[in-house]
Amino acid sequence: MAPVAPRTGDAIFANIERVNAELFTLTYGAIVRQLLTDLEEVDEVNKQLDQMGYNIGIRLIDEFLAKSNVSRCVDFRETADVIAKVGFKMFLGVTASVTNWDAEGTTCSIILEDNPLVDFVELPDNYQGLYYCNILSGVIRGALDMVSMKAEVTWLRDALRGDDVFELQVKLLKQVPEEYPYKDDE
Amino acid sequence: MIGVGKVKQYGNVLDKPLNKGKTEVSLSAFAFLFSELVQYNQTQVDNIGELERRLEDAGYAVGARVLELLCHRDKGNRRETRLLGILSFVHSTVWKVLFGKVADSLEKGTEHEDEYMISEKELLVNKFISIPKDMGTFNCGAFVAGIVRGVLDGAGFPAVVTAHFVPMEGQQRPRTTILIKFAEEVLLREARLG
Repeated sequence: MAPVAPRTGDAIFANIERVNAELFTLTYGAIVRQLLTDLEEVDEVNKQLDQMGYNIGIRLIDEFLAKSNVSRCVDFRETADVIAKVGFKMFLGVTASVTNWDAEGTTCSIILEDNPLVDFVELPDNYQGLYYCNILSGVIRGALDMVSMKAEVTWLRDALRGDDVFELQVKLLKQVPEEYPYKDDE
Repeated sequence: MIGVGKVKQYGNVLDKPLNKGKTEVSLSAFAFLFSELVQYNQTQVDNIGELERRLEDAGYAVGARVLELLCHRDKGNRRETRLLGILSFVHSTVWKVLFGKVADSLEKGTEHEDEYMISEKELLVNKFISIPKDMGTFNCGAFVAGIVRGVLDGAGFPAVVTAHFVPMEGQQRPRTTILIKFAEEVLLREARLG
């Protein structure tokens, strides 16, 4: 069977079921508020958001691979491109761009101009340490983990803190070769 | 292209123009997020009643904000003062904005004067959720019940809102009913208004 060509983010987004972004935004806001009430420490909330994102990411990657038909990425550049153009579009309906590649090609920045998570949100002064969108960094980390790439994702710029866009730095730490759960000769 | 360039920065989030509410995200993104909300709350509680209460509280916050947003954007800042008015607002406008369709039905309770029911064949939030047998009557629709309670409370119609499964003949999955029980003062006020 001939391999199916990978679909663009727009094509996939047009074909899947969608919900109103405001329900999504408000639900995320409710989650962050619950975490802040329960945990109180901003660092704890950041960690919990990252963990929730990780849990989402490890399941999201299956859906992503199933719906988008992308072939195996040759290198990390392609991976980052696919995350920004297809992944973000498919799930959040926004396109991100990839910039700031370093010399080895293991670190890049993903820039998000619109972010449906932060509509209507303003960070009060006493929560300035909060990475409101930290769930996104967990999602990317979890998804890459499931395709054998250990990565570190950090926020460089955050529009809620006064910058103009959201910038995530994705750094590939190492590629873990796939391990088979059984030995070949047994 | 006109208008291309950096997005204008607003000092205060309240100064930003409101978008039309037509942006969308994928259903699976919302489903993943909702499942994390439920999973997180499961770790924080000991029993089902508390889990439902926490989901409802989360929904309450959403409902209060949805009311503000819709009143300003869709209704031109007019507010409902009559019971049927607010119920039909919830049943049509709120449902249409949040879930993309009007609710399946709105009924008045037969046993009590102060009860109304909004029914839905399959709530969007329950679409990818299955309840294990040992959780009994737990319904993630408690989140939606919270949204309705938030809208009603904000509009000045305090009520107790709960979500229930109603098994239907011939259908594999039960229908979900949101039961709204209005407070005494709402009915008294409604009677006075005539």
